[in-house]
This record gives sequence, C-alpha cells and structure tokens, in this order.
Amino acid sequence: MSELSELYQQVILDHNKKPRNFQKLEAANRTAEGFNPLCGDQLTVYMLMDEGVVREVSFVGTGCAISKASASMMTQAVKGKTREEARLLFDEFHRMVTGELDEEAEPNQLGRLKIFAGVRDYPARVKCASLPWHTMHAALEGEETATTENLGPDLSQAAISD
Amino acid sequence: MIATEKTIETKGAGAAWDVERVREDFPVLRQTVNGKPLVYLDNAASAQVPRIVIERGSKYLREEHSNIHRGVHYLSQRATSAYEGAREKVKRFINAREARECIFVRGVTEAVNLVMHGYGRKFVHEGDEVVVSEMEHHSNLVPWQMLCEEKGARLRVIPMDDAGELLLDEFDALLNERTKLVCVGHVSNALGTINPVKEIVARAHKLGVPVLVDGAQGAPHLKVDVQDLDCDFYAISGHKMFAPTGSGVLYGKAELLEKMNPFLGGGSMIRTVTFERSTYAAIPDKFEAGTPAIASQIGLGAAIDYLNGLDRAAALAHEQELLAYATERVSAIEGIRIIGNAREKASVLAFVIDEIHPHDVGTILDREGIAIRAGHHCAQPVMQHFGVPATARASFAFYNTREEADSLVAAVQKVIEVFG
Ligand SMILES: Cc1ncc(COP(=O)(O)O)c(C=O)c1O
Repeated sequence: MSELSELYQQVILDHNKKPRNFQKLEAANRTAEGFNPLCGDQLTVYMLMDEGVVREVSFVGTGCAISKASASMMTQAVKGKTREEARLLFDEFHRMVTGELDEEAEPNQLGRLKIFAGVRDYPARVKCASLPWHTMHAALEGEETATTENLGPDLSQAAISD
Repeated sequence: MIATEKTIETKGAGAAWDVERVREDFPVLRQTVNGKPLVYLDNAASAQVPRIVIERGSKYLREEHSNIHRGVHYLSQRATSAYEGAREKVKRFINAREARECIFVRGVTEAVNLVMHGYGRKFVHEGDEVVVSEMEHHSNLVPWQMLCEEKGARLRVIPMDDAGELLLDEFDALLNERTKLVCVGHVSNALGTINPVKEIVARAHKLGVPVLVDGAQGAPHLKVDVQDLDCDFYAISGHKMFAPTGSGVLYGKAELLEKMNPFLGGGSMIRTVTFERSTYAAIPDKFEAGTPAIASQIGLGAAIDYLNGLDRAAALAHEQELLAYATERVSAIEGIRIIGNAREKASVLAFVIDEIHPHDVGTILDREGIAIRAGHHCAQPVMQHFGVPATARASFAFYNTREEADSLVAAVQKVIEVFG
C-alpha cells in the first residue's frame, strides 16, 4: 500500500487548485457528460475534432481532487493527439489505474500521467481518476454520456481469498 | 411553533459510563488500520456487533441451522423458537402491543417498500397526497415517488430550515383531506436532527392520516415506544443497531397490517393455494414470504439483549457528550462548516471544509485509521438544500471515546495541511 503522499502528490494538488482547460469550449463539436452516481462527481468534456485530430479539449464540473486533477491532466495529454493516439492513451491509463498495466515495466505513452498509478491502491478511488478519461473517450467516439456505472460491474474490489 | 418534546432522555443516567469496559465487547474495534488503531466513526452507516451477537449467530449456525415453520423435526423447532423468540424481544424493545405487529424484513428499505406496495398501492389513488420531509433518506423518498408516479398522486415535502429542523407550521399547511400518508424519519442520517415525531403523529392523526416513521437512526440511540409515539408504522435496520446485516423490523398496527395487500408472494405467506386463487396467511407471516435471514434476525434478538443489559440513558449521555465535544473542536478549525445544527441531535457530525472535497477528506482520514463516510448519504435533497455536493460525516456510538474525537480533529487538521 502506497503512502498518502504518493496519492496526493504536489502535481495533483496543483492541478486540483488550478485546473487547466477548465472552461466551456464554445467552438466544440463534441461534448460528453460524465457522472458517477456513487459519489455525485459530474463533469462535461468539450472537444473540437478536426480531421481526426483533437485540436482543443476542455472540461467543467465538480469532483474530488483526484478527479479534477485527472481531468485537467487528461486535457493536456490528449490535446493535439489523433483519435487513434487518444484512444491508445485512454486504454493505457485505464489499464494502469486498474492494475492491468505495469507502467514501469511495459512500454507506454503515459509520461506524466504515471502519477495516477497510486490510485490502484485505493479501490474506492479508481473511478475518480478514470471518469474524466471515460468521458473524453465518449466524446471522442461521439457518444453523449459516460457513467462509471455503464462500464460493467465493478469487480475490481472482489476478493476470492482472505 | 416547534414542539418541545423530550426526546433526549439522559436524566437518570447512573454511574459514569465505562467506555473501555464496553469496548471490550466489540472485537472488531481491536485492530489497526494502516498501522494506526482503528477509529470507527461510521456508525450511522453500520454499527459494530458485540461478541454476544456474534456468538448467538454462530451458535445458530453450529447447532440449530434449519428452515423455520416448516419442519416437525427437532432442529426446525429450535430454529423456529429462536426466530420467534427474537420477534418477542423486538416487541418488548419497542413496546408493541403484540409480537405479530413486528414483521421481520431486511431493513428499512424493504420495510418502506413493503408499506408502499401493501398500503400505498391499495389506498392511495389519483389526486391523493403523500407527505415526506426534506431530510428523508432516499429509501423513505424514492418508493413514494414511484407510488405517486404510478397513481397520479402528489408528493408533498415538509421543508426544513438552515439549522436542519423541520418547519412544523408548514407541515400543518400541507395536511388536507387528500393526504393519505405521512412518512418521516425519526433521526436524520445526514444531519443528526431528532425530529419531533410524536408531535408529527399527533397532528397527522387529527386528520386521520397514518404516519410511517423511518427509525433507522432512531432505534440505535433513542428509547423507542411505538405506543407512546402512536405511529402507525416504525421501520428498523438491524445493522445500525449492533446486529448483522439482513435483519430488520417493520412495526405496524395490527389493524393496518391486516387490511393491507401482501408484498412478496411465495412460500410461508399463504393459507391455501389453488390455480384459481390463493388466500393469505395471518400477520406477520403474510409479509414474510420465503426463507428469511434467520441467523441475522436471531442476531437482532441478541443485540436487543445486549442493549437491555446496558444503562441506555448513560450510553446516550456519553454519545451526547462526545457529540458536543467533537462539534466544539471541529467547528473551531478554520474553514470548516458544520452541516446540521438542530437543537436536538443524535451523535452525527457532518461537515465540509472550504475547497476540499469530502472524498479526499475520507481517503486521508482512512490513511490515519479513521473510518468516516463521505458522500451524499443517500439524501441528495439535503445536499441541495445546503448547496454542497457532499459532506464528510463522523457518527459516534456509545463505544467511541474522547481520544477518538481528538484523533478525528488531528486528522482533519492534517487534511488541511496536505491541501495547503
Ligand atoms: C435514515 C435512514 N433511513 C433508511 C436507511 C436505509 O437502511 P437500509 O439500507 O438498512 O435499508 C438508512 C441507512 O442508510 C438511514 O440512515
């Protein structure tokens, strides 16, 4: 189990306090809503897609420090990426926070996003970090809403032995 | 005008409360979490279980396990008599007139849904009204919304003020000849408010309107006398009063239960069955279809034995003292706002910290070994009233200590430090 300081790192605290790209994007041609019914976290992702590239991306919403910082850093990470690149990043991020990807051993494009690896030690908080990414993914694919509920049952907390 | 009803009866508390002695009855409390002693302050979600309840449940599983009411054999009779014994204990605990007025259910959620289907769907019609309060738990709100939607009935809401007290004058104004049922919590899980339910019942009864009281947070703290309250229904969740999950009670006045429709259909709730029609068993069986949570309900009986062995006035006085102490210390921290400042409160302390989301508070407290609840507490309209997305909530039981309240304060200060 990681220490508290590994979860609430300075970078995360900083993005929580001063989230980047935290406004409505008037020019957006894609938007998606993310909602976590368990804790009430809610965000909207705005995206301007042009010729298969994410030209601009922003978000507004309410949530905990982890979800806000994750949303903020998500917008920085996917801006300028092609749809394919953004999909890949979504997939890598998702596998990292659910413990399926060892970000230190396996090749990946996560870069600074690796600071979120610590949330996998806090099963109750994984969805906080992943909701902005699911919402971005929904915008990318032209869906309207992402709910962490729609992602299938949360079996990540199941234990088959003590 | 707010009724002055003596709900908090701590007078007559005998010798000082020996909290260390009581803690020994709760094995779960003796553990460390993240290297720190467990500080369990999530009692309003589920309270811990004393050893005699654990032992009673395990005795049932080791020596008595079998189905009830169905076997002529020895084990079935033992299980049946333990199960019915638990019902008798419940009856005395809440001072019901008869044991058959105590229906065993999974908890308050099932109890409210039972009344919704059994009473609501039969007696509430288009244009009728059902009254709830602004501070209800979703389980005493959503079923009534479902009913009103189905029937074309109207849901009316008793508002509260910013301290978290219900406005009884407004309640009077809501009551009319279309009102079919009033559903109100004894104690708010989100705010701690102790509602003047006896007064609410009296006012509703003047118009002949029955009242359902959600006692999920009442029964663990307050002495409940359903005859004195004169409520028509009273719902209890066992896991909030030191018993296992899956146990619970719906008390209802016999004459009401008798004229209601059954809820779940199936085994045990029938008298005769043919393909043409079935007739139903008498209460309480009519409402206990299928095999119930036998071990859990027997555990509830044991929890009642346990509570009866305590000086409950002293236990409540201890909780009230902890609440006052923790409230004073937490509210002295800069940037903290207490949500719920009713004059009469059970030991629930909900708060928000400027600029810090309650989930982050919950996670950091957990690293310190402190269990609290962060979220909307299944009371989203309460959050909307106070304009917050969620709160952090510490809830105290009689086994909590002043030192634990101090740990809470120190950890909250640490949260503020981390977030700078
Ligand atoms: C006031 C109140 N009512 C109802 C409930 C629902 O109880 P249960 O989940 O045991 O059905 C709770 C518990 O969360 C509660 O605090």
